[in-house]
Amino acid sequence: MSRARTRRRGFSSGLVVRYLVLLLMAVLLAGPLLWQVSLSLKGAGDPLYTRPPELIPGHPTLGNFATVLERVPVPDYLLNSLIVAAMAVTGNVVGATCAGYALGKLRFRGRGVAAGICVAALLVPAETVLISQFLLVRAAGLANTLLGVVLPTIVAALNVLLMRNAFRNLPAEFEEAAIVDGANAWQRFIRVSVPQVKGVITVVAIFAFVGSWNDFLWPLIVLSDEDNYTLTIGLNRLHGTFYDDPRLIAAGTIIALIPIVTFFAILQRYFFRGLEAGGLKG
Amino acid sequence: MTVSAQHKISLRWGRRRLHREEEAAPATHRWRVTPWLFLLPALVVIVVLVLLPFLNTLRLAFTDSTLLRSGEFTGWENFRRMFADERFGTALLNSTLYTVCVVPLMVALPLVLASLLAGTGRLMGLFRTTMYLPVIMSPVVVGLIWTNMLDKRGLVNELLATLKAVAEPVPFLTDRWLLLFSAMFVTVWMGLGYYMVIYLAALANIDPSLYDAAAMDGAGPVRTFLNVTVPGVRSTMGLIGVLSSVAAFRVFGEIYVLTNGTGGVGGGDITMTMLIQREGTGLQARTGYAGAISLVMFVILGGLLIAQLVLQRKQRTS
Repeated sequence: MSRARTRRRGFSSGLVVRYLVLLLMAVLLAGPLLWQVSLSLKGAGDPLYTRPPELIPGHPTLGNFATVLERVPVPDYLLNSLIVAAMAVTGNVVGATCAGYALGKLRFRGRGVAAGICVAALLVPAETVLISQFLLVRAAGLANTLLGVVLPTIVAALNVLLMRNAFRNLPAEFEEAAIVDGANAWQRFIRVSVPQVKGVITVVAIFAFVGSWNDFLWPLIVLSDEDNYTLTIGLNRLHGTFYDDPRLIAAGTIIALIPIVTFFAILQRYFFRGLEAGGLKG
Repeated sequence: MTVSAQHKISLRWGRRRLHREEEAAPATHRWRVTPWLFLLPALVVIVVLVLLPFLNTLRLAFTDSTLLRSGEFTGWENFRRMFADERFGTALLNSTLYTVCVVPLMVALPLVLASLLAGTGRLMGLFRTTMYLPVIMSPVVVGLIWTNMLDKRGLVNELLATLKAVAEPVPFLTDRWLLLFSAMFVTVWMGLGYYMVIYLAALANIDPSLYDAAAMDGAGPVRTFLNVTVPGVRSTMGLIGVLSSVAAFRVFGEIYVLTNGTGGVGGGDITMTMLIQREGTGLQARTGYAGAISLVMFVILGGLLIAQLVLQRKQRTS
């Protein structure tokens, strides 16, 4: 429909303006990333400050990456971030799917209260409970541990409600047929309902991963020992360590970006699907 | 009536019968254990790690607790001190300014972009991906990238100098107000793609015949945008207004990284979240005072939410 409209208009001036604006935006958004890549590849022989600035390095090198890896234990940080993310994904997928199933498909007394608890938790901003959570995690002896980092978000109320909606929107026929066949709740859950909401589970997993991977404030509060730093906390110190050399900071950011951008590139369609589902229901 | 519809009705009858059987079941069946087993892990986490901490924050706010001492009830003392605290004033001002400046941009810009992007076919996917990239990046990485860009000798200043637009490098990262506005720019840079994707989904729901009618009336692109697109996505605009204002008031990562954790020269760029983080952590932590600030923040965020809901309702009825 819309394509037909475009064709009818042909190469009008409006179309040119439209693409110019879009191109400008794309440059504004991708440009800084390209500049980082360029900086990270610039060798010692490349002048850093030229007017006009040069995008293509004259003496490209991977030496900056080697220096960063040598002076900052990036692989350790990466591993810590991966452990935290794996726990967050597992916790959210298992916890939210189970709870969402109970709220969306089972009938029992107290269901309204349970759902109300999830909605109430959704309304509590993270900053409001930050200090209390820290005191709790500290009292449990989990300060400065990776488990302490993941604990407050290991099952998010939002994901429980997302899963509840997914289960509730399933047609009732399948479950009823399984009840007639004498399947118990657990069998119905695993064999009948879960396979039908795989798409939403994927969305929950992806957002749990990205959320945990990018989280900054909470790990900053919980972690004090450098051995337990996650990538964001470790990177935060790049600026202090390599203050004098933007090439090294650039190399550090590129190293940090490679995993998440790869992840995004592979699972792109789920990102957009999830946003549309989550955003419109919110 | 089609066959499938009949089938559906009979199934619905079946469901009702099942329901009735369940109602007739003995009371022990109604208090079933199985659902609670399914709920247990999630409910434990949510109650213990979100709701109870919230209640604890309520309590802390009225005590003089520190990290090492549980403290005593001091009534409104924390709040009295807060309103005399200069840093609290600064944080409240900065977070409020942040919200006031960022939200209109977040509501309007992505909509303009989304409506430019809609109907560009193949290219749309490519643009959408490019614009979404900053969204998946950590605020720390984004902050570092822009620290490099906005530095006295960074790309932005070098470009400005090349164009002879400025005689001296612009102090984006050292001047209090310039830093605040730079951080706002970074926030918008990071968030555009996210809201744009939400708008794209909303735009797809607008009836195409409205556009054809507008074209037949000879409406130009601007009038079509104002008279067809904007009314068509009004509820989405409201939603984005709520989402982005709550997010803007909570800003932390961008400012933290751009100021290298200092909150700017003399703490002039500190925000509410930063103040909570500073007061409430570390060995010198005054958890009672931090709890009081958290509570104020909760009230403000709740107020923002309610204000927007009321505003939306008014718009709908008028």
